[in-house]
Amino acid sequence: MNMQTTMANKPEKPVHLNPWRRWSWLIWLILVAGVYTWAITGLHFTGLQESAGSVSKSIVHGLVNPDWAYVYNGSGEDLVSLIIQTLAIALLGTFVSAIISVPFAFWAARGEHEWGHLRSGSGKIVLTLIRTFPEIVLAIMFIKAVGPGSYAGVLAVSIHSIGMLGKLFSEAIENMDRGAEEAIVSAGGNSPQVFMLATIPTIMPEFISYTLYRFEIAVRSASILGMVGAGGIGTPMIFAIQTRAWSRVGIILLGIVVMVLLIDTLSEQLRKRLI
Amino acid sequence: MTTPEIPQRSWSQRWHVKAVGWTALLVALLMGSSKMTGVDVGMFFSNFDQFTNLLVRMSQPAWSYVPIIIQPLYETIQMAILGTTIGTVFAVPFAVLAASNLVHNRWLRGIIRLILDLVRTLPDLLLAAIFVAIFGIGSTAGVITLAIFSFGMISKLFYEVIETIDMGPLEAMESVGASKVTIIWYAVLPQIMNQFVSYFLYTLEINVRASTVLGYLGAGGIGVFLQRSLSEFDYNKTAVIILATLVVVMVIDGVSNHLRRVLL
Repeated sequence: MNMQTTMANKPEKPVHLNPWRRWSWLIWLILVAGVYTWAITGLHFTGLQESAGSVSKSIVHGLVNPDWAYVYNGSGEDLVSLIIQTLAIALLGTFVSAIISVPFAFWAARGEHEWGHLRSGSGKIVLTLIRTFPEIVLAIMFIKAVGPGSYAGVLAVSIHSIGMLGKLFSEAIENMDRGAEEAIVSAGGNSPQVFMLATIPTIMPEFISYTLYRFEIAVRSASILGMVGAGGIGTPMIFAIQTRAWSRVGIILLGIVVMVLLIDTLSEQLRKRLI
Repeated sequence: MTTPEIPQRSWSQRWHVKAVGWTALLVALLMGSSKMTGVDVGMFFSNFDQFTNLLVRMSQPAWSYVPIIIQPLYETIQMAILGTTIGTVFAVPFAVLAASNLVHNRWLRGIIRLILDLVRTLPDLLLAAIFVAIFGIGSTAGVITLAIFSFGMISKLFYEVIETIDMGPLEAMESVGASKVTIIWYAVLPQIMNQFVSYFLYTLEINVRASTVLGYLGAGGIGVFLQRSLSEFDYNKTAVIILATLVVVMVIDGVSNHLRRVLL
């Protein structure tokens, strides 16, 4: 609040300053201080292991001396194979979710002549519900249905991504340029024609761009879904951490970092060419 | 005046070589992926009764469980607040060093940005697993995980904000011989403060979401109870936890969105 008064280009002092504005900083200060006192006193920082120092030392040692033999040994359970499997989970999951997201997006996009935002509002709520449902719980539920393995991971990514992709897609629809649609309408096109010839071509680059962006996120989540048994690189990672095999942890971490950097760069290049 | 030429489509345009190529590549990748992940659509539907059984049990939440999970829910929010704050404190100097309009040394900036890029590649649950191994089971591991996670995110958001500031006030102060610290305090901070707070709140929202699952690996908060209920097949308790998480996330999102609107 006082920021605005200092930033304003008025040389003369405001004569009657509202007392609320004058003292609001103090109220904010008290509020913030209260929140932090609550946060700090509420947490128990006990349970610190005495071994924390030695464990960190062996982690650093393992990270500096990664288990290079694990990179590829032809067994199908090595780093390269599992990283490819992780990427496969992310790719397939994102693709399926992108297709399912399209109807959700049209449901949640606010229409121009919509009465009371009933349709779009309900769509937005559903998308928020999907987004907040933890991906790990989804993975565990799908493991019950199809057994442990990367198939469960694909299903978890496909469903969870709808929440975010549907939201991004619907915002793209709300902000899209209506010119092409109006042109087809004025030329006498019916609504399927408008959709196929104007809506889809206008919206497609943005949809693909968002899907690529979501793929970057899916790669990260696919690499941790294995921790609950949904396939990919996460499974050997959690085993290595539990058995304190730190050089193995080191090489897996390295693999994930390289994978994520590569995918992010690749996807960014593709997205730049799209828009 | 040149005579107008009728544009001709090249051979590759006429036969849509690019589009066909991209589609073929995508189809090949998808087929390879489905083979590799063992996707079997039939299996999903043949086991569908098991899945619906699970959903049915989740649709009857055990409301008596609510009082038990209030304390861990508070803990989750507290972890998110502390983690975000610690991450932000460390992120500010890194953001200043990574901003191209404040630091003209390209090598220093490059190294700082590389560090930030590397930090951002690590998924939060992976960090949580490692910090639980180091610090033991409890909220300490969670706070540190969230601190590192928000450090990577906030430093990038912050340096991008810093790069958009108006350089006029800085140059004015430089020309009258102000020190670097004075310039940052009087010329940089007033321009970016509101956006900083807004991004801080945004990161806090994301961290509240993240912290609800960190406990799954032992890093404190509601996730511990999530893991317990799932491993004991108490799906009606799982449902309560998910619903409670939803309420907390929505309340935090609402408060944070309101504050951000007031600020910007």
